Amino acid sequence: MSTTTTGAFADALAPLNGRVERVPAAEVAETIDAAAVAPAVGVPLDIDGVSLPDSVATDFSADGVESAATGVTPAALGVAEYGSLLLEHAPAGAEPAQLYPSTHVAVLRESDLYPDLESAWSEVAAAFDAGRDDAVLATGSSATADMGELVRGVHGPREVIVVLVEDR
Amino acid sequence: MSSDRQRKAAKIREVMREEGDAVRESAGHHNEMRKDAVARLDDYEDLRDRARAIKEDAIERLPELVDELTDSVEANGGHVYLAEDAADANDYITSVCADADTVVKSKSMTSEEVDVNDALHADGLDVWETDLGELILQVADDSPSHLIGPAMHFTTTEIADLFNDVFDPDEPLETPEELTAFARDLLSEKFAEADVGMTGANFLCADSGSMALVTSEGNARKTVQATDTHIALAGVEKIVPSIEELYPFVELLAKSGTGQDLTSYVTMLSPPVDSPSQGVDGPMTAASADDRDFHLVLLDNGRMDMRDDDHLKETLYCIRCSACSNACANFQHVGGHAFGGETYSGGIGTGWEAGVHGLDSAGEFSDFCTGCSRCTTACPVEIDIPWINEVVRDRVNHQGREEGFDFLVDGLSPDAEPGRLDVEKRLFGNVGLLADAGSATAPLSNLVASFGPARDLMERVTGIDARRDLPEWQRETLQDWFARRGGSTVDEAAASRSAVLYPDVYTDHVQVERGKAAVRVLEALDVHVTIPDLPESGRAPLSQGMIDTADDRASAVYGGLAEHLDAGRDVVVIEPSDLAMFREDYEHFLPDASFERLSENAYEVFEYVYGRLDEGATLDALRAGHERLAYHAHCQQRTLDLAPYTESVLERLGYDLLTTDVECCGMAGSFGYKSEYYELSMDVGEDVREQLSTTDAADRRVVASGTSCLEQLSDLLRKPTRHPIEVVDPRR
Repeated sequence: MSTTTTGAFADALAPLNGRVERVPAAEVAETIDAAAVAPAVGVPLDIDGVSLPDSVATDFSADGVESAATGVTPAALGVAEYGSLLLEHAPAGAEPAQLYPSTHVAVLRESDLYPDLESAWSEVAAAFDAGRDDAVLATGSSATADMGELVRGVHGPREVIVVLVEDR
Repeated sequence: MSSDRQRKAAKIREVMREEGDAVRESAGHHNEMRKDAVARLDDYEDLRDRARAIKEDAIERLPELVDELTDSVEANGGHVYLAEDAADANDYITSVCADADTVVKSKSMTSEEVDVNDALHADGLDVWETDLGELILQVADDSPSHLIGPAMHFTTTEIADLFNDVFDPDEPLETPEELTAFARDLLSEKFAEADVGMTGANFLCADSGSMALVTSEGNARKTVQATDTHIALAGVEKIVPSIEELYPFVELLAKSGTGQDLTSYVTMLSPPVDSPSQGVDGPMTAASADDRDFHLVLLDNGRMDMRDDDHLKETLYCIRCSACSNACANFQHVGGHAFGGETYSGGIGTGWEAGVHGLDSAGEFSDFCTGCSRCTTACPVEIDIPWINEVVRDRVNHQGREEGFDFLVDGLSPDAEPGRLDVEKRLFGNVGLLADAGSATAPLSNLVASFGPARDLMERVTGIDARRDLPEWQRETLQDWFARRGGSTVDEAAASRSAVLYPDVYTDHVQVERGKAAVRVLEALDVHVTIPDLPESGRAPLSQGMIDTADDRASAVYGGLAEHLDAGRDVVVIEPSDLAMFREDYEHFLPDASFERLSENAYEVFEYVYGRLDEGATLDALRAGHERLAYHAHCQQRTLDLAPYTESVLERLGYDLLTTDVECCGMAGSFGYKSEYYELSMDVGEDVREQLSTTDAADRRVVASGTSCLEQLSDLLRKPTRHPIEVVDPRR
């Protein structure tokens, strides 16, 4: 996949209060550390050669996730044309970590970036057919226009930072 | 004005004043965003076809899919309850909530349909709407005015006043940011407290028991995540076979609704899920689906009957994106509190209300649909929304019919409708007969009609607003003129083509000059012209919900045209709304072969001129010029994508053309003549008046294709208007 796809992904996220940091695996931890506003909570990333920085707590409680400023989780795939991420739940609390803190740092392998929704959707469907039962296709930050104009950060994060891991 | 009409006019006036500006800004904005968003899709029409086909198949196989979904949800560990009606659904939901104190809800129109909040409150439960729009309504004790922007009719100031009054915060709230932060904090407490989370479902997948929840705030997901008991209430029509089939809907839903590429959160769940819930002390370690409870309440409430109803069935394909509301000029000006029933609003709202709440609720507002057809190209599942409105209007006309009495009255009526039919509707529906009488007695008919006291009486009896100029009937009709000149000047045997010019009521009786111009233009392009005596197309009765009469007219028109089609003649139509009948609506009235034959051989007059030029005819014989023109295309002409032909021909002849981008003039056939709708009609027309009053436009000659557009523009601009065919008339 070309860097054009990565460029399209970053361009699509920008107006949705999102940005992309493309780094080699070895630099993921320091990138997360720099991007995360403390206190930060997170779940294991399960990507080869990639780990969470010490500043991200993994044994958080319900209260902990409510008071955290940043949640760090993996993203299963990305949709370049719309800047979307597929966020799956995980027993360690990935879902609340994506949902409650006002900054969400998502870690995505560049090889999991799909050019468009149709190609990505085949993967979503395949995952559900294989037994997955909970995932969110999140596009940018939480938003509402109900109060008269667009406001970001309603029930979900105000800001999304995607750490894109160079793996090809 | 009759007291009913006065009441209706007063209500419209009030809604326009109180809510009009806010609704218009929001709905109008979303409509523009929608157009841009779908234009970015290369395969938009293909996606609509796919979405439509999936819905057609799913509704066809619905009983089978309900069974499959039930099995899937139960296999996942959830419960399914099939609720016959609102009371049944509410009984089940309150029984599930028996041990609960607090319920958080994400936005669901279906829950509005059954008024579940009232049932839960009656049981002593504390219920919180977590979508901010719904929260505003809950706090204000108001009802939704739009499918996806339920509090669209509120301005920021009104919301701030409401919240400051009800919640009395330490610092008064003012900005959208402050209001949103306040609501978020308030609802955070409610999420933490809640025992039960209620959602709707945008889609349900039969094979896996999965659902899709679409929100921009993330509240649906939080509602499910934060609570151990999840109740999803969804209409049975939300079922599709599998998650694979969701793709076209996910691609189309947000684009059609708000013009976003995707809504922020498309949540996919096969509940009960094993994500850890909030409110649990200590670390969130691995949870299990056993800790969670899931109840899917599938609501019938009239839907299975809709499925058996040939005309209402299409309503079940609706994915509730609100594109039809946003695209609608009348909706943009009054919103769902006038253009809506008990729960649902906008064009498709008529189908929903007729199906779930009955004709009384639907009939009240179906007249707001003028049949302009703008919504049909906006609908992502290709629902013929104007037809549903016409059918509902027809049923309202026939409602409570007492056979014995009506039998007598019907015998005296010129149409195929029941005696109970409203005088106003009957008058507009029979405009063809009125026109015959008007021309036969002109100019006396025009004198009487312009006499003040007669107009007041007419308004009281017929509902025609006294502020409107009436059509001026011409003593010599187009057909009379054509006969007097001895028919066509082009010999049929030697002509390049031969065409029937359809003498629509207005061209034949009122706008006779545009008919003469059309004859001369066609002849200048070497076309032999025939003008047979044909009845009104059925457009007029159809727009009044007089479907039987429209059906009779369609048969008579086709009967009169058949021999001409056999003789190889084309059919040229000046009035766009009549062409739309031949090309679209006759599908409901004629056998397939007849419909196809007529629709394929009928052309709008400039489309035909353009076609002749394509065939090598030259423009030389038409009147060229450098005159500055302002052109307003007719709504149905826009839907059929015919306006570019007029623009192209005028520009090729050298005219300096400005085309309006305001889609609706507000008149919409007979709509703007009706006293109860006059003010709304003029309010809708304000946009086009403004555009045609700018420095660049004010000095231009105004041309328009539709009769009612011409009359509305004359009223709005206080200057004469013409059909563009008169501009290019070689004899001008």
